[in-house]
Amino acid sequence: MAVTGTNQSPPALSATAHDGDDSLPVVLIHRFPTFTGSLFPSLPTHFRLLDLLTTDASNLQSATAILCVGPPPPVTPEFLDRFPSLKIVVCSSVGVDHVDLPECRRRGIVVTNAGSAFAEDVADYAVALLIDVLRRVSAADRYVRAGSWPVKGDYPLGSKVSGKRVGILGLGRIGSAIATRLAAFGCQIRYSSRKEKPSLPFAFYKTALDLAANSDVLIACCALTDETFHVINGEVMTVLGKRGVIINVGRGSLVDEKELVEFLLRGDLGGAGLDVFEDEPHVPKELFALDNVVLSPHSAVVTPESIGTLQDVVIGNLKAFFAGQPLISPVID
Amino acid sequence: MWFPKLLPVTERSLLRPFLHHTTNPLLHSSTTSLRQSNLLPRRVSTAAVSPMESISVLMTCPPVHPYLVEALEKRFTLHKLDSVPDKPQFLSSHRDSIRAVVGNAAAGADAELIDQLPKLEIVSSYSVGLDKIDLAKCKEKGIRVTNTPDVLTDDVADLALGLMLAVLRRLCESDRYVRSGLWKKGDYKLTTKFSGKTVGIIGLGRIGMAIAQRAEAFSCPISYFSRSQKPGINYKYHPSVVDLAANCDILVVACALTPETRHIINREVIDALGPKGVLINIGRGPHVDEAELVSALVEGRLGGAGLDVFQDEPNVPEELFKLENVVLLPHVGSGTVETRQAMADLVVGNLEAHFLNKPLLTPVV
Repeated sequence: MAVTGTNQSPPALSATAHDGDDSLPVVLIHRFPTFTGSLFPSLPTHFRLLDLLTTDASNLQSATAILCVGPPPPVTPEFLDRFPSLKIVVCSSVGVDHVDLPECRRRGIVVTNAGSAFAEDVADYAVALLIDVLRRVSAADRYVRAGSWPVKGDYPLGSKVSGKRVGILGLGRIGSAIATRLAAFGCQIRYSSRKEKPSLPFAFYKTALDLAANSDVLIACCALTDETFHVINGEVMTVLGKRGVIINVGRGSLVDEKELVEFLLRGDLGGAGLDVFEDEPHVPKELFALDNVVLSPHSAVVTPESIGTLQDVVIGNLKAFFAGQPLISPVID
Repeated sequence: MWFPKLLPVTERSLLRPFLHHTTNPLLHSSTTSLRQSNLLPRRVSTAAVSPMESISVLMTCPPVHPYLVEALEKRFTLHKLDSVPDKPQFLSSHRDSIRAVVGNAAAGADAELIDQLPKLEIVSSYSVGLDKIDLAKCKEKGIRVTNTPDVLTDDVADLALGLMLAVLRRLCESDRYVRSGLWKKGDYKLTTKFSGKTVGIIGLGRIGMAIAQRAEAFSCPISYFSRSQKPGINYKYHPSVVDLAANCDILVVACALTPETRHIINREVIDALGPKGVLINIGRGPHVDEAELVSALVEGRLGGAGLDVFQDEPNVPEELFKLENVVLLPHVGSGTVETRQAMADLVVGNLEAHFLNKPLLTPVV
């Protein structure tokens, strides 16, 4: 996730300008050169940070831990070959689709993510998008700002949020937080996930298709894997129907974007609230003219308030790793 | 249904719309209790019910909702004041026939109108708020007044949460950012977290409670101001609005508009809310001293605002159009298809109940 709004490129992250205290455990920093976000301020007091962009790779044979910030370039088998002693990849994001998880498992490398640090922010955003699409908040705001209210009269009616059947794809930390929130709106929650969670009071559907057939709104918040790639396809959109709404706060490729655009243009889908896209930052231009879609620049995941929580998760995972204790947020592949 | 099965079909058909709208909890419960009353010995009134087609109903609000207009025209002789060219002349020529007025939040029945309609028996308002109806005058003249409570509670509360989220997470601005192609030039800036913020509510009635219940699911501590502390409620009570504003992150106006609550959001309250505070108004425009609000927003003395209502609708202060920390909505608090139908059913149902000498569904006066 991006933790800055600027795009200027200082040569190195301030925390890694010097190698730090030699007695601290070494953590490698993996990032794109364009990532300029400041690192977590408490990190250098616990670890000796070595930036892969500014450190000679021959020094890194013995490194056991890598911290991915950004999101970073993909963690591929070739990348992993450079670090024969690597034991842990710590990610500062929720989604870890930039990491080759099967390859890490094969090599005995554990992977951690942001855990629940951003669950509230993403869940809040999913609810915000849902209300916005159904009640046309952004479109109505445009209407007022364009001066149309006194000229064209009352704004068209929206659709009620309370009581809607909301299907959540992926009932992990974020999905559960969305369910809690929307239940308070009187929405009827149902879900689909790899495993049924019998302890929860929500209806379970085995497939996305079944879930869509029994929902007014479908929210995608599951991890992007080979199985969930284009999990919301044309067939799912068809059963969701002309009044159905899709909210995506997961990853762009959970939705077949080309199909989505066509369904929306044909009026075969009621609306969409999208924070993620298949080819970010490129958004299909056809959507720009539609009032039943809300478009957002991958903003769900982070607020300043949550960065502190993320730092705790990142440091907690690294400390646990070096102390041989259970990790806070391991990614179970 | 509260009509025993033996009644003629035509009379039952008058109330048919209610059978289809089970989303309305109020109608639902009355249907249930009346169904139970069928267990009692039937006492069918033998008094002939005058055909309602001859009853003149005056619609004082613009006929913008086709469903309501159609429902009224089907049952009564409907006059739409909006389409009358010479209103004084129309009113004097119909003064002896108009027995009911249908209004809304924008146009109801003021003292002048009431005085012009000596045969007026009931004002059935297509709104919760009744500030456009002279209630004292109605009471004095024995004119019944009904509104549409409850049915729009959820919508207004839903939208209040939508506004809080949209202002804090800059949703409308984000959407503009994407549509204008700016994302390709760089990421949008960070926004403000909503979960956990303290929400202060002015007026803990039905809508205020529904807002509180939703905000609690976001782990938001709730505090409130109302005329008196509510017994049996755990939210923190503040005896003054300034006090409430000083101790919350988001202040929501959810009370009725009365002479006491006019400009309840004044400069002092805005300053207490402060440069990080957010004001949400889903009540009425005159709750807020709009000139003070605009200058506080323009000068950065207030963190943001989500406004569904304005002092001089549909006119919105243009100074707000360029601000990214405000969300401006054209009074759509109850603007959903589902709710408008439920409201129209109540307006018609109250009129029918009145003219059939049945208890009113949602009486105010």
